[in-house]
Amino acid sequence: MDPNLRRTIILDNYQNPTNKGLIEDEGYIKLNTNNESCIDEFDFQIKIENNIIKDIRFDGEACAISTSSASIMIKTLIGKTIDEALNIINNYENMIDEKEYDSNILEEANVYDEIYKQPNRKKCALLSWSGLKSVLIKHNE
Amino acid sequence: MNIREEFPMLDKNIIYFDNGATTFKPKMVIDSICDYYTNYCSNAHRGDYNISLKTDMMYEGARKKIKDLINSSRAEEIIFTSGTTESINMVIESFFKNILKENDEILLTKSEHASNLLPWFELCKKINCKVKYIELDSDYKVTMGNVISAINENTKVISLAHITNVVGDIRPIKEICEYAHSKGIYVIVDGAQSVPHMKVDVTDLDVDFLAFSAHKMCGPTGIGVLYGKYDLLNEMTPYKLGGGMNASFSSNGEIEYKSLPHRLEAGTPNIAGAIGMGAAADYLKVLDLDKIREYELKLREYLVRKLKEIDNIEVYNENSESGIVAFNIKNVFSQDTAIFLNDYNICVRAGNHCAKILKEELEIKNTCRISLYFYNTKEEIDKLISVLRNSDTLYQQIL
Repeated sequence: MDPNLRRTIILDNYQNPTNKGLIEDEGYIKLNTNNESCIDEFDFQIKIENNIIKDIRFDGEACAISTSSASIMIKTLIGKTIDEALNIINNYENMIDEKEYDSNILEEANVYDEIYKQPNRKKCALLSWSGLKSVLIKHNE
Repeated sequence: MNIREEFPMLDKNIIYFDNGATTFKPKMVIDSICDYYTNYCSNAHRGDYNISLKTDMMYEGARKKIKDLINSSRAEEIIFTSGTTESINMVIESFFKNILKENDEILLTKSEHASNLLPWFELCKKINCKVKYIELDSDYKVTMGNVISAINENTKVISLAHITNVVGDIRPIKEICEYAHSKGIYVIVDGAQSVPHMKVDVTDLDVDFLAFSAHKMCGPTGIGVLYGKYDLLNEMTPYKLGGGMNASFSSNGEIEYKSLPHRLEAGTPNIAGAIGMGAAADYLKVLDLDKIREYELKLREYLVRKLKEIDNIEVYNENSESGIVAFNIKNVFSQDTAIFLNDYNICVRAGNHCAKILKEELEIKNTCRISLYFYNTKEEIDKLISVLRNSDTLYQQIL
């Protein structure tokens, strides 16, 4: 990916994140994610209906990589079934961990395909995705 | 000889401004540890042969050096621990848990480090005592007036950092001790950020307990000290039990403990660590802690002045009198700033610095922290300032 385009997408999602701000609604599952290795902290709200992710919202204070990846995750996963979402998340985690993955399903999340070059940022890129994965797995049980 | 040449870490083209987290070590400290492992490695207090006698002498010699560093009246008042955190946990578990009762109050502040908060929270759950907070003034400082107004008839302990690790303010410990003692209140001081940077005289301050770590004062990691007044330490029930701390025991469970300080140091101690800490105390003595403090304050003044010349920098603790400076680039998350500075080999810490409830006072959760030491220079600050002046391209650079 062109470095300028990558930067523009990340920066845009950091400065104008999707669905930032929580709402009062009992229909949402709540999730707090703490990054044990740093200071990022997010609260998420997830609405699932008929096995489809209807909405995800988040709030919190975090670095550019964490915030933008939460925003991009939200755009990528809304409208997907739980199984589709888990598949996307698994592929995303593989990308960050430098394993084999399917870039065709990652949409905008492909912007983090070179984050492995900065090992200290990997956890920032994974924070939201791993948190959401745990919610979806729990929901599936 | 130039001080900087004595630190192997300082020839690596790194600008190190995270001395509140840990400090670099001079060669003489590193050598003292290698010397023990290379030339007389053996256990302490087992002096049946020459190298063990030497170890014993060096280990107890280190205790004496620490005693002199903080001007305690006897070496038995120096208990080696793994560091400040263990020292504070030990005094709470082995002393205060035994004497505090339901509804007794412990005075802390919201700018304390986690190690001076969490053990108290747990104690409160166990025995129903209560944590109260001394109010901070507009510079986040502790004033005598606020200490006095926080005290009531239930107050039994005041536990404070001498210098806090985020704001870097210095607490009026001597005055606090004088007032507290007149009311029968104990005072514990977390000296992790003060003992390395200024003369801390436990006799003059009259503190009941003082906790500090070697690695923040040019010494090795994994070793620190709990100082306590002899009579108070003598009342402590051992925190750990085992070898080295008992005089005798029998199969029916009767134990006779050794006298201080060994009673409170069960198991083979961190011998190499203690020897390294002793060497660090020697090193600071030669440099002179009064001169270290004077130099750091000048450096701080220069740093704050230069930071304030940059429009988009916000400094949070302009009026503190220590080498700790907390700042942010406006509208940039602290960690992104730290990562940007890392591109120039400048090490600063980003985050809440283990003071997670300070945000309630500071109204900002995370900051970049510069913590200076005597080996930092104006030239290093100039380099930092020039990088910060050109931070417009920060995100282009780090993303």
